[in-house]
Amino acid sequence: MVVGVLALQGSFNEHIAALRRLGVKGVEVRKPEQLQYVSSLIIPGGESTTMAKLAEFHNLFPALRDFVKMRKPVWGTCAGLIFLADKVVGQKSGGQELIGGLDCTVHRNFFGSQLQSFEADLPVPNLASKEGGPETCRGVFIRAPAVLEAGPDVEVLAVYPVPPDNHLLQL
Amino acid sequence: MAGAGGGVVTVYGNGALAETTTKKSTFSVKVGLAQMLRGGVIMDVVNAEQARVAEEAGACAVMALERVPADIRAQGGVARMSDPQLIKEIKNAVTIPVMAKARIGHFVEAQILEAIGIDYVDESEVLTLADEDNHINKHNFRIPFVCGCRNLGEALRRIREGAAMIRTKGEAGTGNIIEAVRHVRSVMGDIRVLMNMDDDEVFSFAKKIAAPYDLVMQTKQLGRLPVVHFAAGGVATPADAALMMQLGCDGVFVGSGVFKSGDPAKRAKAIVQAVTHYSDPELLAEVSCGLGEAMVGINLNDDKVERFANRSE
Repeated sequence: MVVGVLALQGSFNEHIAALRRLGVKGVEVRKPEQLQYVSSLIIPGGESTTMAKLAEFHNLFPALRDFVKMRKPVWGTCAGLIFLADKVVGQKSGGQELIGGLDCTVHRNFFGSQLQSFEADLPVPNLASKEGGPETCRGVFIRAPAVLEAGPDVEVLAVYPVPPDNHLLQL
Repeated sequence: MAGAGGGVVTVYGNGALAETTTKKSTFSVKVGLAQMLRGGVIMDVVNAEQARVAEEAGACAVMALERVPADIRAQGGVARMSDPQLIKEIKNAVTIPVMAKARIGHFVEAQILEAIGIDYVDESEVLTLADEDNHINKHNFRIPFVCGCRNLGEALRRIREGAAMIRTKGEAGTGNIIEAVRHVRSVMGDIRVLMNMDDDEVFSFAKKIAAPYDLVMQTKQLGRLPVVHFAAGGVATPADAALMMQLGCDGVFVGSGVFKSGDPAKRAKAIVQAVTHYSDPELLAEVSCGLGEAMVGINLNDDKVERFANRSE
């Protein structure tokens, strides 16, 4: 089983290192042809506008959308989440191309810029009961996006509570 | 690299200790943004319009300043932090992270930059020094800092002061890659020596490079710097950018190189591509074609050229 990691920009090395610690082979993916050799894909964190530009230059979007439509497993971290969302708000002027596939609405940079970045322990009861392991997962939110709403078929594994008067929730 | 949970660096004394050992540690949050910038290009911009060009070309962040290093060199005088109004305008023009420069040792310029809410401060030798002997104690800030280095000792000294990201100093504003190459080879070379060294010899090596022992050991164990390491200072072409990536850098800063060239948008895009596909010569050849004029640049054999990199240690 070979896991592809989209290596256009961002923390792809960290994801490959994580796969290695699990004993799984990870390969860097930069061109559409490389997708046929992997059984699943990780889209790492980074700058989503940069990754979108690079994906456009190499005509990766059609291949990525096909990959998702073929129901192969795809994991999106941070910028990866933005790509996989069906709907994104808070984009740069002119917007950016998306892959889609996850029925949710994502707000880019929901929490603000770097000074609003933070870490938090997130309770993950579903994961802990199904797979064992600790009750909480340490989330590091760096200029992070947020899923504002998710469709009925989406399984939510953890939530981070935001005060109800948060101005961004009014969007 | 910075692991999940516990801080990367154990430090001693005042703010430095509290920052990395308490649960609310902010050092991994500071280092986290640099990790997201890896494999990217950070471009110097002097106004909102340039910032938008940079974002469209695929820059992963912009460095907001009043004058690019080539102009600082040409015009002379004292170079200081830019007008916060300008920085705010640039911040409002783009959705990518915004960085700005503060003078070495000028912690109040850094406080102001933190107050306007940008994402990173570059404590830069390109600006005139404010303190000849001391850098800013970066642990006192929530905003992360990037600092320049010429060698491993300097890099680790900056990290101990609290830098969350390191770049080579190169020789900014010259369009001449020679110094950046010298600096990255020096850092990588020392790391290679360190990795093969007997553990008992590391104490002496740490003394020799004037760096804190614990960071030297951490570097030895990781086989790389404990923080993200970008190239900077003299990158003018896609080939320059790919060279720095192949030498082992995590990403590239481009200052005067983009907006002092004949076709900035095209060159910016080409450099972004070069940093992603740095090992693909065919693609590098393709993106290097038809870019128009590169910035003219300065040959460093001339004694009259001021070496910004030697201003601080």
